[in-house]
Amino acid sequence: MSDSNQTTIIQLENVDKFFGDFQALKNISLSVKKGEKIVVCGPSGSGKSTLIRCINRLEEHNNGKIVVNGHELTSDVADIDAVRSEVGMVFQNFNLFPHLTIIKNLMLAPRKVRKVSKSEAHDTAMKYLERVKIPEQADKYPSQLSGGQQQRVAIARALCMNPEIMLFDEPTSALDPEMISEVLDVMTDLARDGMTMIVVTHEMGFARSVADNVIFMDEGEIVESNPPEEFFNNPKNERTKLFLSQILSH
Amino acid sequence: MSFDLALIANSIPKILLGIGLTFELLFLSLFLGTVLAISLLLMRISGRWYLSAPTMVYIYIFRGTPILVQIFIIYYGLPQLEFIRESFFWPILREPFGCAIIALTLNTGAYVSEIFRGGVLGVDRGLKEAGAALGLSVTHRFIYITSPIAIRLCLPAYSNDVISLMKSTALASTITLLDMMGIARTIVAETYAPYEIFLSVMVIYLIITWVIQRLFGWIERRMSRHVRSEA
Repeated sequence: MSDSNQTTIIQLENVDKFFGDFQALKNISLSVKKGEKIVVCGPSGSGKSTLIRCINRLEEHNNGKIVVNGHELTSDVADIDAVRSEVGMVFQNFNLFPHLTIIKNLMLAPRKVRKVSKSEAHDTAMKYLERVKIPEQADKYPSQLSGGQQQRVAIARALCMNPEIMLFDEPTSALDPEMISEVLDVMTDLARDGMTMIVVTHEMGFARSVADNVIFMDEGEIVESNPPEEFFNNPKNERTKLFLSQILSH
Repeated sequence: MSFDLALIANSIPKILLGIGLTFELLFLSLFLGTVLAISLLLMRISGRWYLSAPTMVYIYIFRGTPILVQIFIIYYGLPQLEFIRESFFWPILREPFGCAIIALTLNTGAYVSEIFRGGVLGVDRGLKEAGAALGLSVTHRFIYITSPIAIRLCLPAYSNDVISLMKSTALASTITLLDMMGIARTIVAETYAPYEIFLSVMVIYLIITWVIQRLFGWIERRMSRHVRSEA
């Protein structure tokens, strides 16, 4: 499933992240090529979310170097807004703007950040609502949609900015079981189109079918990183084995 | 004790002659106070101590002292100072109306900025992060995400403050202004009928409060449309 274009789009070198005395990320190095799909798993508190939140600087790393799409992440604010507009993010709790209709949720950032015209923003928004299969919900408010629909809107909202990279932070963890597959379908579809994706999830079926690499994190470290076949059938590390036995046993 | 209905019927139209001034005091100080409150809020949440520290002192002083004392200091106290009398502001501070507006504005600004701050703090952090992740600047996030949600959150407290301000305008009568309360006091001085006259004023204030409550109730319902699920 590798892409013909093999340029590195995300590079982390020896990244540390502290919350007070607690070290959430320990000397993380990671390289993601354009078009690659990475699934990150691990027990809660292992630093998975912190890792992807550092990639669009929702968290600031303390040591090391992060380069995203050619920009090194520093405290330069204007640069950060530019990087963020090229990196889409989908959150566990959807985080749709409750006071705006669905269509306006999708149009806000293109209008204000990309300065596109109202009609162009509207057309783009409708295109992506159709892609996530809920164009008929355009004029409703987020609270009127189911969790699965809200998460699909959140994906469409991120796509409206034409991002180079999509980050998913446990996108199905807050969903009722019957709504998980509709979201995973949209993500699988996106992966087939060649989007670069980093997905924090425990959906191992998704990891098997979509990921180029599965990363297992524990206590702030990358313990193991392998293609799914190898990762699931032949885990090397004891902690990986234990984790897999816990989540795959039932 | 007798209750003079004719006196009430006679006095209410006279008292209502002051309703214009009551509303002028209310609307002008509400508008200026809200603008002041927004400025104070932005200073308070700026993250810069030299901006936030003065606002905290200011808010402490104006919330911590009676508004009547503030009115008296501005009206009776400031003209004692030579440089005030020679300043650009003297034409305003010379007039009781100007002094009342200044006192009510400074007071309500302190209260309302704290109300707004509560609203801003009540906005879910995840929503601001979602805005940031889309590349929206800090200013855009504040204007298009934080503010509209915060305004809805603090509307009930804000309407309380509007009612409170409306009642405080009656204090302007202590510095010779003839608002409804000022007129009522004049009539009482002439008729020695405090019971009937002040009761009449009370009823008029209650009606105004009712209108304000209804108005804000309507605004709240309008702004909550997105919360009511119709799916």
